[in-house]
Amino acid sequence: MNVELAVPEAYWTRTRKTGAVMIALGLLATIVFGALAGSENARFALGETVDGAGFDIPGTFGAIFFGLVALAAGVAMLVTGRYFGVLTGVALMGFIISALCWQMSVSPVSHTMPLGFIAAATFTAAIPLIFGSLGGVLCERSGVVNVAIEGQLLTGAFFGALFGTLTGNFWLGLVAAAVGGALLSAILAVFAIKYLVDQVVVGIVLNVFAGGLTAFFYEQVMRPDTDAYNFPGKVPSWPIPVLSEIPILGPALFNGNIFSYGSLIAVVVITIALFRTRWGLRTRAVGEHPAAADTVGIRVLGLRYANVLLAGLVAGFGGAYFSMLSTTGFSKYMVSGAGFIALAAMIFGRWHPVGAFFASLFFGFFGALTGFLNSISSPIPSQFLSMLPYLATIFAVAGLVGRVRAPAADGKPYVKG
Amino acid sequence: MTSHEPIEAEPGATAASPDKSPALPTTPGVDQYHVDPALPAAGQPEHHDQAERQPKHRAPEVEGKRSFARAFREELWADNNFTVTLLAIVLALICGGVLMVVGNAEVRDQWQYLLYQPGKTIGDTWAFVSTAYTDMFKGAVVNPDTVNRWYWNMTTWQQVFYPISETLTNAAPLIFTGLAVAVPFRAGLFNIGGQGQAIMGAIGGGTVGLALSLPAIVQVPLGVLAGALLGGLWGYLVGVLKARTGAHEVILTIMLNNIAFLFLGWFILQQGIKDPNRSDAISKPIQESGKLPQLIPDPLLRANLGIVLAVLAAAGVAWLLKRGRFGFELRAVGHNPHAAATAGIKVGTTIALTMALAGALAGLGGTSVALGTAPALTVDMLGQIGFNGILVALLGRVRPWGVVGAGLLFGALQAGGNAMQTFSGVSVELVGVIQALIVLFVAAPALVKAIYRLRRSPAAAAQAGLAKG
Repeated sequence: MNVELAVPEAYWTRTRKTGAVMIALGLLATIVFGALAGSENARFALGETVDGAGFDIPGTFGAIFFGLVALAAGVAMLVTGRYFGVLTGVALMGFIISALCWQMSVSPVSHTMPLGFIAAATFTAAIPLIFGSLGGVLCERSGVVNVAIEGQLLTGAFFGALFGTLTGNFWLGLVAAAVGGALLSAILAVFAIKYLVDQVVVGIVLNVFAGGLTAFFYEQVMRPDTDAYNFPGKVPSWPIPVLSEIPILGPALFNGNIFSYGSLIAVVVITIALFRTRWGLRTRAVGEHPAAADTVGIRVLGLRYANVLLAGLVAGFGGAYFSMLSTTGFSKYMVSGAGFIALAAMIFGRWHPVGAFFASLFFGFFGALTGFLNSISSPIPSQFLSMLPYLATIFAVAGLVGRVRAPAADGKPYVKG
Repeated sequence: MTSHEPIEAEPGATAASPDKSPALPTTPGVDQYHVDPALPAAGQPEHHDQAERQPKHRAPEVEGKRSFARAFREELWADNNFTVTLLAIVLALICGGVLMVVGNAEVRDQWQYLLYQPGKTIGDTWAFVSTAYTDMFKGAVVNPDTVNRWYWNMTTWQQVFYPISETLTNAAPLIFTGLAVAVPFRAGLFNIGGQGQAIMGAIGGGTVGLALSLPAIVQVPLGVLAGALLGGLWGYLVGVLKARTGAHEVILTIMLNNIAFLFLGWFILQQGIKDPNRSDAISKPIQESGKLPQLIPDPLLRANLGIVLAVLAAAGVAWLLKRGRFGFELRAVGHNPHAAATAGIKVGTTIALTMALAGALAGLGGTSVALGTAPALTVDMLGQIGFNGILVALLGRVRPWGVVGAGLLFGALQAGGNAMQTFSGVSVELVGVIQALIVLFVAAPALVKAIYRLRRSPAAAAQAGLAKG
C-alpha cells in the first residue's frame, strides 16, 4: 500500500535536511535561551542529590555556548553531509543543555540538577519500555504486528500482583507475570496466525480485552480484599559493591534490581540470539520472506507461534515492573499508554533490540527531564515535553529524519499455498 | 440471556458484506456494494434465491430455486454474517457469565461443593448470572417493573424511557467514532486515531460551548462545526503525512492520539479555559446556550441531538459511499490504489480527504460528548470512545448502517452495564470484556463456525474465497 517514491540523489540528503533543522534549533538556543537565561549559575551535581561534587556553568554563558555547539554541529552536517548519528546527537545535547542552563538559572526553586538522579530516573522510566519494545521486536521480526504490547504489560502487571500475593512468593509472582503476558500473546497468535484476522485489529481488541478483564477482576476481587489478593512485596535491591559508586551512571546501572539487570541482559541475549544464532536467522527470514523460508524447510507458522509467545513472556515480565517495582500492587489501567510508547520505541529503534533499548532510554530521559523541570517549577509545560517521544516517532516514520523500514512481511499472514 | 435482541438485530441486517476478515481492507469485492438491492427486513436472515450451490450434505436430487422457508431454514444455522454475529454475541455473553462467577466470592466458593450439592451450585450460578444479565437488559432497553408501576400511576412515563435514553446517549459518540473508522477502512486505511480526533473535536466544540454566550440557535451549530473542523484537521494531518511520505497511518494515529491527549491536559489548564473557582484540572462549565438540546426536555432523559446527528451522519456516509463521486474515488483507492491512479484519481488527495472526513466524524463524536453530557472539559471526559469506535466499526462490518446497529448495541451494553453494577454488584468493567470478545469472535468467523458446528452458508459460499486471503 505504501507508494514507494523514487527520490534521485539530490543535494538535500537526510543529513543536510537534519543539519538545517539543527541550525535552526542552535540559533533558537543561542539567541532566545541566551537572552532569557539569568546570571545565576546552573549547577550540575554528579551524585543522586543536589549536594556533593559537581560543576557550575554560568547561566547566560551556558545557554549561549551550548546553543553555539548545536549550531556548529548543524553547520557541520550541512557542509559535510556526513556523520549523521554523531552530529545529530551533539546538536540535540547542545540544544537540551542550553535549554537547561536557561531554565535552571532562572528557576525560583533550585539551580542544581543532580545528574546521578536524572540518570537513575531515566533508566527506571525506560525499564518497562525496554521490555515492551523487546516484546515488539521479537513479534514483528517474525512477521506478526504487535500492537498488543499495552495489553501484555497490563496482564503481566495483574498476574504478577495477584499470584505474587496468592503464593506469598515474589518470584513466583514474576513467573506468573511472564506467563500472563504469554497467555495474552497466545490469543494474539491464534487469531493472527490460525484465523488470519488482521493483526492490528487483534492487537487493538486485545488491549481493550486485557484492560477490561484486569479492571474487572481488580474491582471484583482485589479491591475488596487488598491484603489477600493485591499485596505482592516490593522487589529487593541488589547493588553491585564497587560499580554502584561510580558517579552519574553508577546508581542508574549498578544499584538495580531484577528488572533493571534483567532488561540489560534481555537486550544482550536477544540481540545475540537474533543476529548470531540459527533461530535468529530463521526468525528474520520468516519476517522478511516467509515463502522463501518455507521453501528451505523452515516451519513458518511454528516459528511465528513460538516468537509471539516469547514476546508475551518478555513483555509480561516487564509488566510486573508496574505492580511490583514502581508501586506495590495493581490498580486498573495502570500501564496508561506505556505500551504505546514501547511500540514507538520499537519503531524508533528500527526493529532492532539495541535500537529499541536506546530509543527506550531516549524516551525515558524525556520522562525524567519532565519530572525534573516540574520540580524546579519550570514554565515549560510538562505536557509538551511528554509529547516529544511521540513527535520524534512521527518524524521517524514520516522519513523526515531518515526512513525506518519494518520487516517486509510484518503484518502479513502466511498461508501455505 | 439473550436480552439484547431488539438491538443486535441491526448489524446482521446489513450483513451481506464479504469483508468478513478485516485482514483485507483492500479487497472488498465489487459485489459488496451491489449486493441485493432488496435486502430483507431487519432481523430476517437473507433470502438468496440466486444461490444455486447446494450444501455438500444435501441430497443432489434437489434442483432449482430454494423455497423461502427452505432457504430460511438452511441459512438459520449456517455461517452467514447474521448468524455469526448473533452467535458471537451469545458466546461473548457466556464468557462474561463465566467471568461473573469467577469474580464473585460467594458463587465461586459454592463451586467447591459441586459434587455434594450439584443442584444448589448450578441453581445459584444460574440465578446470579441471569439476574445480572436481566439487570443489564432492564438498564438498557426497558424495565418491566417500571412499566407496571407506570401503568398503576406509581411513577412517571419518563422513568419508562430512561433506559432507552441512556442507551441512545451512550450510542451517539460511538456511532460517530465507528464511522470514523469505517469510512477510511473502505479506502484501505486503518484509522486508530479516532481517540485523538475525538479529543480535538471535544476541544473545538467545548471551547465554543464554554467561551461564547450567543443564542443557542447560533452557538450550538458553531460548536458542532468547530468540533468537526478541529477533528478534521487532526485527521487531515495523518492523511497528508501518509500521502506525502508513505508513513504508516496506524503508527501516525497512535502517536497523534497521545499528543492530542497531552494537549488536552495542557489546554484545560490555560487561563480563560480553566475554571478559576476550582483547584483540580477542569475547565469552566459548558454554557447552557452551547449544549446540544435534549430530545425531550426533561432532566432525567439525557438523550440529546447527538444521536440524531449520528444517524444523519451515517445516512450521509452511506449515501456518499454508494452514490457520491468522492465515495467512488475512495472505494477505488481502497480496492487498488495503482489502478485508481491509472484511472486518473488523485490517490494522495483522496487519502488526505478521507482522513479529514474521518477526523471530522470522530471530532463530532468528541463534540457530542463535550456539548451533550459532559458538564465541562476534563482529561478523561471521553473515556475510550475512540478505541471503542474501532470495535463498533468492526462489529458493524465497516458499513454505515452496520455501525449504527453496533453503536446502539455497545451503547446498550454500556447503559446496561451501569445498571448491572448498581443492582447486581457486577463491575461495569465486564462490559469492556464482553465488547472485546464479541468483536474478536466476529473477526474470526471460522472460530464461531467451528464452535457451533455451523454449516456452510449457500449464500456466503460465493464470498468465502475472500476471507481466506
